[in-house]
Amino acid sequence: MGYKLLAKQEIGKLYEKLAKQYEVYAPIKKGIEVNWSKIEDLGDILFDFKNSSLSPKGLFFPQTEVMFEFKNDPKAEEGYILKEVPPLPKTRVLLNIRPCDAKAFSILDKVFMRDEDSLDVYWKDKRDKTVLIGLACNNPCNTCFCTEVNSSPFGEDGLDVLMVDLGDKLILKGITDRGNSLIEDFEEAESSVASKIDDLKKSAESKIKTKLSMGNILSREMLEVYEHSYWDRLHESCINCGACTFYCPTCHCFDIQDETKGEYGRRVRNWDTCMSWLFTHHASGHNPRGTKKHRVRQRFMHKFKYMPFKLDGDIGCVGCGRCIQVCPVNIDVRDVVNNMNK
Amino acid sequence: MLEGYTKEIREAAKRLIRDKKVDCVIGYSKGSIPLVDAPYFAYTEEECENLVWSGFCTKNLAKYLIKRLGKNALVAQGCVSRSIVGLINENQVKRENVYILGIWSPGMVDRRKVLERVGGKEIIDVKEDEEKLVVIGDGWEEEIKRKEVLRQNCYTCASRNAVLFDEFIGEKKESKGGGDIDNVAAPWEKLSIDERWEKFRETFKECIRCYACRNVCPLCYCAECFVDESRPQWCGKTQDEADVYTFHILRAFHCAGRCVDCGACESACPMGIKMRVLTSKLEKDIRNMYGYEPGMELGAIPPLSVYRPDDPENFITP
Ligand code: SF4
Ligand code: SF4
Ligand code: SF4
Ligand code: SF4
Repeated sequence: MGYKLLAKQEIGKLYEKLAKQYEVYAPIKKGIEVNWSKIEDLGDILFDFKNSSLSPKGLFFPQTEVMFEFKNDPKAEEGYILKEVPPLPKTRVLLNIRPCDAKAFSILDKVFMRDEDSLDVYWKDKRDKTVLIGLACNNPCNTCFCTEVNSSPFGEDGLDVLMVDLGDKLILKGITDRGNSLIEDFEEAESSVASKIDDLKKSAESKIKTKLSMGNILSREMLEVYEHSYWDRLHESCINCGACTFYCPTCHCFDIQDETKGEYGRRVRNWDTCMSWLFTHHASGHNPRGTKKHRVRQRFMHKFKYMPFKLDGDIGCVGCGRCIQVCPVNIDVRDVVNNMNK
Repeated sequence: MLEGYTKEIREAAKRLIRDKKVDCVIGYSKGSIPLVDAPYFAYTEEECENLVWSGFCTKNLAKYLIKRLGKNALVAQGCVSRSIVGLINENQVKRENVYILGIWSPGMVDRRKVLERVGGKEIIDVKEDEEKLVVIGDGWEEEIKRKEVLRQNCYTCASRNAVLFDEFIGEKKESKGGGDIDNVAAPWEKLSIDERWEKFRETFKECIRCYACRNVCPLCYCAECFVDESRPQWCGKTQDEADVYTFHILRAFHCAGRCVDCGACESACPMGIKMRVLTSKLEKDIRNMYGYEPGMELGAIPPLSVYRPDDPENFITP
């Protein structure tokens, strides 16, 4: 299918169409922050933004998520019988998601839905019920480096529709059947837009100045990278907070807790972070990642060595640059990768 | 970067390494993004060339002294030197193991204020001197007076000059931030209980519990923080209000009579949460009731670590 055209002024047409079937979420501005939020007012939809502060990962993998509930009373008839939590009540669309974030979720699909026997039902439910309409980046940030991790500011991985901002117009490109059916009523764009999009794509890609080298990381033996002398220095300044992992669209570790209050009981999962000393701390007291060095190394080894090894070459980083923006001590993943590669 | 100070820090650091006075000099290096400088550990004379001094040295380097082996030099402005004093008084750091490169702080910059000032536009570079910043973006630049974008704690600083040092970098300068801490501390005091609760919820509702505020703070050195303990579990792990608020209230209380108002917690918070609203109230009470300011004097005893028969009791609910 070809390209569709939509005047920006008429974004309402798209919104109305979406709002009939879906709950619409989009990044909106609040002060200097851009946050994902349910759209109630058409005027809140933004085109002039870099990326959302926090990634939209919480919409698929909430920071705190109830897995099931139970009556905390073994003697009661219903006691200790697990009650499923209801699935997502309504289908949703994420409008103006950036290509890096959409790609992150297709990488996470390989983690949460690797095979039929170990489906993460919570993730799957939300993924199945969410359409992603992306907005290509004409002007990536200084900290963006998607091109260095197998993506592009115009990347299509994981998207149903990709929109390209031409100033007063949007070009809509259907990518999946689901996406195509959403935009089929819109005006057909002239075929010449393809080359225009291509120019914009090249221009956006050329704005990314970061160069990452990963050849050695990928080709060297696992243990060789693990024992790189660089780790002895990198961890020194890290304060082992969770900012980098919580902001990262591809970090996906969680910690499970059972909670009871009187007769009510539930199991919840919460975002975890490999930076915490509690992460993988064993009940025996043994901690396989007992020092700061172990923990910092885990984050980068996981993304740039273990994940590509396990996930058919997919890197566990999409180059969104959020961790660079939020790290209180300025640990910069771009420097880390280039040093790991030395 | 402030060039004069930077040069002097590098000279002093190289000398200390060369003369084997210390194993490492802990300071800052230029950050990879504007308005953020990075804690840096220099072990060689060559590495000392990366040290800088700037308006973006917003962490509290005293944190790194805790449990650190060997002898270290540390670049310390007023609040950081006060934290070192606190850590020595609390037996966490040995005086003889730290060589303090005392320095004056021009008042550190609040990155969020600068971003707000330029309407959230992307900043590519920044230049500074003691009075002003020049913020540079793609095709624009803006001059901003430093005093308009300082961190809140720097306006009411009690000592910009290091209070304890082995050597002072540059000249001592005006030491007071200028603002009256008792005027701005504890902004909720006058509110009714309900209003206070509302403000409290409003302030902390976006916390994502990344613990950057805790982990950056030199007071938070407990072997196991109460939020991490599971037997018993004092605080739940979820994003439920009760769990988030318990963390903040208890952490603040643990800092009472010890917080030097370095502002590192607020600077580290990715969500822009102003948690000093709690510590500033506690410190105000400590000043008023015990006449005590933490980190000002070696050997001083933090009032809440001792009991005296004449301790004020009027805040205890009968
Ligand atoms: S790398 Fe930075 S953000 Fe991540 S844990 Fe360390 S200090 Fe925190
Ligand atoms: S590691 Fe950093 S740059 Fe990479 S995806 Fe995560 S937050 Fe983005
Ligand atoms: S740094 Fe900010 S977001 Fe993180 S735990 Fe502290 S207050 Fe919450
Ligand atoms: S609570 Fe905040 S202001 Fe007080 S000493 Fe700790 S980091 Fe500094």
